[in-house]
Amino acid sequence: MSDSRAAVSMRGVTKRFPGVIANDRVDLELLEGEIHTLLGENGAGKSTLMNVLTGIYLPDEGSISVAGKPVRFNSPKDAIALGIGMVHQHFKLVQSHTVTENIVLGLAGGFQPVRLSEAEGRVAELSERYGVKVDPGAHVWELSIGEQQRVEILKILFRGAKILLLDEPTAVLTPQEADELFVTLRSMREKGHSIVFISHKLDEVMAISDRITVLRGGKNVGTVQTSATSPRALSNLMVGREIQFQTYPRPEMKGESILEVKGVSAEGDRGLPALKDVSFEVASGEILGFAGVAGNGQEELAQVVTGLKAISSGSITVDGRPMAGASAKDFIDAGVSYVPADRHGVATVGDMSLTHNSVLRRYREEKFGQGPLLNLVAASKYADRLIEEFDIKTPGRETAVRTLSGGNLQKVILAREMTTRHRLLVVMSATHGLDVGATEFVRETLNHHREEGAAIVLISEDLEELLSLSDRIAVLFHGEIMGIVDAAQAEIETLGLMMAGERQSEAVA
Amino acid sequence: MEADLSVLIIAILQAAVRSGTPILFVCIGEIYAERAGVLNVGLEGLMLIGAISGFTVSFTTGSAPLGVAAAAIAGGLFALIHAFTTITLRADQIVSGLTLTILGTGISGFFGKAMIGQVGPGFDRLELPVLAQIPVLGEIFFRQDAMVYLSFLLVPLTWWVMFRTHLGLAIRSVGESPATADSLGVSVTRVRYGCVVFGGAMAGVGGAYLSLAYTTMWVEQMSGGRGWITLALVIFAGWNPAKAFLGAYLFGGAEALQLRLQAVGLGIPTYFLMMLPYVLTIAILVMASRASLRRRLGAPAALGVPYAREER
Ligand SMILES: Nc1ncnc2c1ncn2[C@@H]1O[C@H](COP(=O)(O)OP(=O)(O)OP(=O)(O)O)[C@@H](O)[C@H]1O
Ligand SMILES: [Mg+2]
Repeated sequence: MSDSRAAVSMRGVTKRFPGVIANDRVDLELLEGEIHTLLGENGAGKSTLMNVLTGIYLPDEGSISVAGKPVRFNSPKDAIALGIGMVHQHFKLVQSHTVTENIVLGLAGGFQPVRLSEAEGRVAELSERYGVKVDPGAHVWELSIGEQQRVEILKILFRGAKILLLDEPTAVLTPQEADELFVTLRSMREKGHSIVFISHKLDEVMAISDRITVLRGGKNVGTVQTSATSPRALSNLMVGREIQFQTYPRPEMKGESILEVKGVSAEGDRGLPALKDVSFEVASGEILGFAGVAGNGQEELAQVVTGLKAISSGSITVDGRPMAGASAKDFIDAGVSYVPADRHGVATVGDMSLTHNSVLRRYREEKFGQGPLLNLVAASKYADRLIEEFDIKTPGRETAVRTLSGGNLQKVILAREMTTRHRLLVVMSATHGLDVGATEFVRETLNHHREEGAAIVLISEDLEELLSLSDRIAVLFHGEIMGIVDAAQAEIETLGLMMAGERQSEAVA
Repeated sequence: MEADLSVLIIAILQAAVRSGTPILFVCIGEIYAERAGVLNVGLEGLMLIGAISGFTVSFTTGSAPLGVAAAAIAGGLFALIHAFTTITLRADQIVSGLTLTILGTGISGFFGKAMIGQVGPGFDRLELPVLAQIPVLGEIFFRQDAMVYLSFLLVPLTWWVMFRTHLGLAIRSVGESPATADSLGVSVTRVRYGCVVFGGAMAGVGGAYLSLAYTTMWVEQMSGGRGWITLALVIFAGWNPAKAFLGAYLFGGAEALQLRLQAVGLGIPTYFLMMLPYVLTIAILVMASRASLRRRLGAPAALGVPYAREER
């Protein structure tokens, strides 16, 4: 059978980092013309294995062959030459350059002139052929995350790569964008490309892949045909135990109103209006979900209710206290916590240890500080507790957090924010990039806080998640609230229409 | 009277170009290094190295062009130290650069002892045919020495390399996001070494201009802070060679003016007058680039950050 030849085969690949074995004698075979999913918990070693396959990490042991020939990668250049391209979990793009400049980077050297217009033509032609639309002349910083991902894909196609590695491409996409991506992936498969796909969303994995390989603790614990498995079997394989998917019975327990937002408008970073006349209330013991396509004011909404952004009009009160002109510290003192979506920039200090990151917000508390001094003993104990409770995979509490896997970094932030007592918890894309076990845990924790009487603002692009956790769901579109619906009666179609800009009354009618 | 004034102004502008030239060389070189993400605060030391090696070689061989070549080589070699410590050993760029300044000052002082008081061969004024006849502009720009013309060529050349060639795209990418460049097969190490060494060579040439054209002798510490002012200039010029051109002559103009004022003797203490070019240049550049500084435009995102492929 010619179509079952191995495009890539990895044998006994081992990669160690200080304190962790990220890949432990992993075998992986990618067939020509297949979509092969890599599945595994946060820190299981998926990104590491793919980085080995692109020549970014040198494996400590093991061998790789491409199209049957043994190869050795000394640098990413070698992998590119063999037609291997990767879309990284955290994109590798030069923000200040244009799309085309990013695409042609490294294709030639020396004093050869960059022929931008010629390249733009080819980019346009490729976007047409694979249905990946993006403006070749735009600067990367101007693009949405979804568009940036398309640039990454075009970059690979432009180099004529036959083997594509996509590390959690759908984690940053809206449901619609993810569907578009799948269309693209299928058309690539038809054209003979081999694709490795990484995702934590089991339904996607079941829908798109031909075969699935599960990693656990750096080891390959099994490769299966998609048609011969089920989401339940996969998650058991992944975690090594049975996972309970809970539905949360939601007793009505709404108490006094905690957060009141009235007629708030605010400007975005580029000086354009980002929120327009937004009003809502969240009560104690209530989860208010915010749905919407990314970039419709979610970020700004989270920032104004946590004191990180000034409002241009309207009023915000927490527990009846007006918070106009209040600083982020005033909000913290009023019992407001925030889990932002940008894990690297806003939420953690990469070079600092897990211990220090875990007390970042609380170093002023008596428990952790004595006058100007930090109580490191208490902080260390606290960090150990978080690692234990949240099952954070790390060599230890002294590890710099930038070396953690994407999902584990998210756990550090969640752990820090969720163990504090609060009146109001603002959570953005909480389970983004988390594996099934961790997702369950976060949902449980959110529900627990709700029962304790906190008010929760939950901003997410994952409609399923919003439907299963929230009491009410508000939909944001171009910075305005299209309507607020009761989660128990909400229908996905109605929400979808509102996300596309129809007001509640129109969408229902 | 009016004719006198215009003659005076033209003379001052002519001197401005001469005074600005050494800075222009250094500035162009540093733009390469910083665009690739490596800050070199050792420019002052590299200029001194260039000045003394250029002077020594031209004095002993009798050839000023040979002196310039020697200055470029010496500057490049000393910059190689900086490249090795910051790129290979990944040491702090500021510390390494400061060391270079101290080293350059010491070494040039030591080897320069024998040259003090000597007058060597230098670059003579070379009027360019036709161009020198253009009224005013010709007098200011085209009745200069060969090194000035070399610096003229360097500006558009650098702009072309930086913004129109694959090499330039690679340099700018390495300075913005080394991991991105690396993942596409661009060797971050090679690009950074190349830029730092070239930057050092240019700083050496800038120094040699002082001892082979601006004057034709060696004076201890003759760079006189020009290396430091260049660092500021690179920032205010937004890492753009065309703006560096204007900035360098701005400094040159202030210096030329200052020297005139000293000669006239207005009763202002000379130390204040000597401060003038530095203060004036910084003040004007701050005003001119206020808008872009406020928006934090231009600085290469990975400037000062060492890169290691397997680290995240
Ligand atoms: N460059 C590095 N330096 C140190 N440790 C690393 C590095 N890269 C990965 N690790 C460690 O290797 C392990 C595997 O990480 P990896 O990023 O491959 O996980 P993953 O399966 O992709 O997880 P996620 O789903 O969270 O993205 C983790 O424990 C991580 O901390
Ligand atoms: Mg990963």
